[in-house]
Amino acid sequence: MARPVQYNIYGQTDVKLVKEGPEGYMGEGFFGTSLDKVVGLARKNSIWPLPFATSCCGIEFMATMGSHYDLARFGSERVGFSPRQCDLLMVMGTIAKKMAPVVKQVYLQMAEPRWVLAMGACASSGGIFDTYSVLQGIDQIIPVDVYVPGCPPRPEAVIDGIIKIQDLIGKESLRRRNSEKYKQLMESYGIQ
Amino acid sequence: MLTNDTIKQQLIEKFGDQVQQFQEPYGMLTFEAPKDLNLKVLQFLYDDETLAFRFLTDLQAVHYPDNKGRELAVVYHLHNLTANVRIRFKVFTEIEKPDVYSATALFSGANWMERETYDFYGINFIGHPNLKRILNVDEMDYYPMRKEFPLEEQTRVDKDDDMFGR
Repeated sequence: MARPVQYNIYGQTDVKLVKEGPEGYMGEGFFGTSLDKVVGLARKNSIWPLPFATSCCGIEFMATMGSHYDLARFGSERVGFSPRQCDLLMVMGTIAKKMAPVVKQVYLQMAEPRWVLAMGACASSGGIFDTYSVLQGIDQIIPVDVYVPGCPPRPEAVIDGIIKIQDLIGKESLRRRNSEKYKQLMESYGIQ
Repeated sequence: MLTNDTIKQQLIEKFGDQVQQFQEPYGMLTFEAPKDLNLKVLQFLYDDETLAFRFLTDLQAVHYPDNKGRELAVVYHLHNLTANVRIRFKVFTEIEKPDVYSATALFSGANWMERETYDFYGINFIGHPNLKRILNVDEMDYYPMRKEFPLEEQTRVDKDDDMFGR
């Protein structure tokens, strides 16, 4: 079975820390490419995460932000605590049913484009808390882009998840958020 | 010196054979009374100068599904702070009509504890000023700690019943 965490070994994975610039036409002193790619490049390397940490996954996230693992290397230097400024909602830890409206409210307060990362077994599926009071995965209330497995995941896994998010952001079409499919997705969660 | 025996004697003097089932598990005096008497017993334990059980440590319920006619127990944990003595007092009620008088007039701290007990066991505390759910979501339509309800979340379809003991 493939390991859930990919390592950044050049040539062995499709995830690379150091990437060449986007495809384009280059000459002396200029470089031409499509707007999509430039915007994607800018967005993906300056993600502002909003940590929504409720339990032990939050502790692992703190380690990820610390000097040893240092998420800042990936352009997520600033962890914002206002949903209105942030691009990436990181839900880390058990979300009780009573907490669900709060998570949804935070998601709604974020401006488009916004992404969601569910970190750990609890946020992804309820985890070991198969019980009447716990939400069985935050994807019951908000759309999730990347799930990070683990209980709790190691900081490497969090970084892997962030790189996956970066990959999604970099490849996202500028028109995606206006598309019919995206509207349907939002409507399926009762948003707008 | 306030001993379990003196507490027991005073209770029997006051309430006769209506207080019964005296036990001392781990040295803690435990007894029960009919549910209609719960406030009278609590008031007596509170007012008496020597007993002076004036702190309600905890209040909760227990569900005994096989105990016909007295399925639900409401348990009061009382503390005499000056003598540092604790006792436990139980009343039993039938599950069809789980009405018990509220102790909020005597102990302000009973307010949230009774709401919690109502939330999880559905005990209807008569006279409670604000008897509504406190910990669970308001939309919940059952009392999750009653034993007829499964503990597991029932909306899940992706878990293998064999592996999760359903």
